[in-house]
Amino acid sequence: MELLIQQIFNGLTIGSVYTLVALGLTLVFGILHVPNFAHGAFYMVGAYITLMMMVGFGFHYWIAIIASVAVVALLGVVTQQLIFKKLEGADGMRMMVAAIGILLFLEAFGQFMWGTEYHRMDTPYGSVVNLFGLTVTLQRLLIIVAAVILMLALHFFLTKTMIGAAIVAMAQNREGAFLVGINANQVAWLTFAIAGGLAAAAASLASPINLVFPTMGNLVIMKAFVIIIIGGMGSIPGAILGGYLLGLTESIGATYISSDYKDVIAFLLLVVILTAKPTGLFTKGVQ
Amino acid sequence: MLNVLSKRVLIGIIAVAAVLFPLVFPNMYVLQLLTLVFIWSIAVYGFNIISGYVGYLSLAHAGFFAIGAYGLGLLTTKAGMSYWLSLLLAVLITSIAGALVGVIALRTKSHFFAIYTMCVGVIVYLLIDKWDSLTGGVRGLIGIPAPSNIGPITFDTLTSQYYLALFFLILTVFLCYRIVHSLLGRTFIAIRNSEELAKTIGISIMKNQLLAFTLSALFAGLSGALYASFIRFIGPQISAITVTFEMLMYLLVGGIGTLAGPLVGTLIVISLTQSLQFLEEYRMLIFGPVVVLLVLYYPRGITGSINGYVQRKKQQRVKIANEEHEVKRKVGEAG
Repeated sequence: MELLIQQIFNGLTIGSVYTLVALGLTLVFGILHVPNFAHGAFYMVGAYITLMMMVGFGFHYWIAIIASVAVVALLGVVTQQLIFKKLEGADGMRMMVAAIGILLFLEAFGQFMWGTEYHRMDTPYGSVVNLFGLTVTLQRLLIIVAAVILMLALHFFLTKTMIGAAIVAMAQNREGAFLVGINANQVAWLTFAIAGGLAAAAASLASPINLVFPTMGNLVIMKAFVIIIIGGMGSIPGAILGGYLLGLTESIGATYISSDYKDVIAFLLLVVILTAKPTGLFTKGVQ
Repeated sequence: MLNVLSKRVLIGIIAVAAVLFPLVFPNMYVLQLLTLVFIWSIAVYGFNIISGYVGYLSLAHAGFFAIGAYGLGLLTTKAGMSYWLSLLLAVLITSIAGALVGVIALRTKSHFFAIYTMCVGVIVYLLIDKWDSLTGGVRGLIGIPAPSNIGPITFDTLTSQYYLALFFLILTVFLCYRIVHSLLGRTFIAIRNSEELAKTIGISIMKNQLLAFTLSALFAGLSGALYASFIRFIGPQISAITVTFEMLMYLLVGGIGTLAGPLVGTLIVISLTQSLQFLEEYRMLIFGPVVVLLVLYYPRGITGSINGYVQRKKQQRVKIANEEHEVKRKVGEAG
C-alpha cells in the first residue's frame, strides 16, 4: 500500500513536468495548427541555461530559473518571427519539417556548447521530508507545487486578461479572431514566448531529479505529443488531465509491470487510442 | 516525346557512369561512400513514395529500416538461414509490418498521422533497445554475414558489394519510375493535391495510400537489410527518430516528390558530411538551418527547382512561339 502511495506521488511529479511541457505544446498548436517538434529542444535548452547560470555564474537556483525562462521565451519568439511567421498559410508538412529543422539545429547547438556528457543539477531542496508518513525529497514536492502555481497563473492569464482571451480566441476560431480585430502577429509571438517559458520552467524543475544532456528533450516531447492527443489538440484542461494521467500510468506501470518497458506504455497508449479513434479523444468538430 | 527520350538517355548515361566508376577510380574510400549512398537512397526512395507523392509525413521510416536490418541480421545469425532467403524474408516481413501499421495509421490524417507514425518508430526503437535476449539490446548484433555467392558470383570484395547496391538501387529507381509514370503515380499525386477531389473521381483513398505506405516500408526494409550486410554490425541506434529526420533531410535537399531527388539529396548530403569530417558531431548546426531555409525558400529542393526552371523556360519558349505566330497572322491579315 505504501509502495502504491509512493508511486502515485512519483507519478504526480512526473505528470507535473509532462503537463507543463504539454501545455506549451497545446498552446502553440492553437497558433500553428501543427505540432511543434522543436518544443523538446526548447525544453533541453532551458535545462542547460539554468545549469549554466548556476555552475558558470553561481546564481541561486531561482534566479537561474527566471533567467532560463526569459532566454527560452525569447528563443520561442525568435523562431516564430523568423520562421513560422513566414510559413503562415503553408501546408502542414512544410511547417512540421521546419520545426524538425529547428530541433536538429538546437540539439546540435546543445552538443556543441555543452558537450554530450550527462550533467547533474544541484538543488537547494535536496533534503528529504516526511509527509504524512511518506518520505519524499523536497524537490519533488516543489515540482508538484510549482506546476500547480504555474497552471493557475496560466489559467488566470488566459481567462482574466485581454491578451489571454485573444490567445484563446485565436485558437478557437482564426477568422473570427481576425474579424474582431485581434492582432494575429502579437498573439502568435506571445504564445511562443509563453510556451518556451513553460518548457524552460519544466526542464529546470525536473533536472535535479533527472539528468541534463543534449537529447533529454526527445522522450519528453514525444510523450507531450501523446498527451495532447489524449487530451485533444489545443485543449488546455485536456493537456493537464492527460499529463497527470500519463505520469501516473507510467510510474505505476513501471512498478507493477516492467520498469524496462515503462517508456513504451505512453506510445502503446497512443497507438491504442488512435486505433480506436483516429481523430483523437475529445476532438471538437470534424478534422 | 523528345523530352522523355532525353530523360531516358540521361538516366542511361548516369547508370553507365555508375557501372564504369569502380573500373576508372578504384578508390576504396570513395567506393565505400558511394555504396552507402546507394543503400540509403533506396530507403529515401521509399520515403519519397509516401511523403513526397502521397503527401503523408511518415516518421516511422527508420523503424522499418531497422526491421529490415534486424530481420536479416537475426535470420542469418540466429536462425542460420541462407543470406538470400533471409534477404527475401526480411523485405517481406518489413512489408507486412508496413501494411499492418498502414491499415491503422492511415485512418489518421495529417499531423495525427505524423505523430502516430512517430510513436510507431519509437516503439520499434524501444523494443530493439530493451529486448536484450533477441536483439542484443544496446550491444547490438554483430557478425552479420556478407551476401553469399550466387553461382560463380561472389560478394566478398568492396567492388562487388558496390555493384550489388547499385543493382538494387537501379531496380528501385526503375520501379519508382514505372510507378510515377503510371496511373498509380497520378493517383498518388491526386491524393496529395486533394483527397476530397480524388474521392469524387472515384479513387479509393485508403487502398492507394496503403499500397504507397507498404511500398515505402518495402524499400526501407530492403535498404536496411543491405545496410546490415554491408556494415556487418547493427545497433538500436539505426531505428532512432534522428535517422528518420536524416532521411527527411536527404529527401528535402534533393527534392521531395521528384524522381531524382532521393539520389541527388543523399549523394550531396552524405558527401558533404564526409568532406566536413571535423563537423561530424555538429553537422546539424549547418544542416538544421539548411532544412529550414529549404522549407522557407526552396520547398521543392534541388531537383524540384531545376525542374521548375526547365518548365518555365519551356513555357516561355511556347509563349514566344505563340506570340510570333500571332504577329505573323496579323501581318498576313493586314497584307
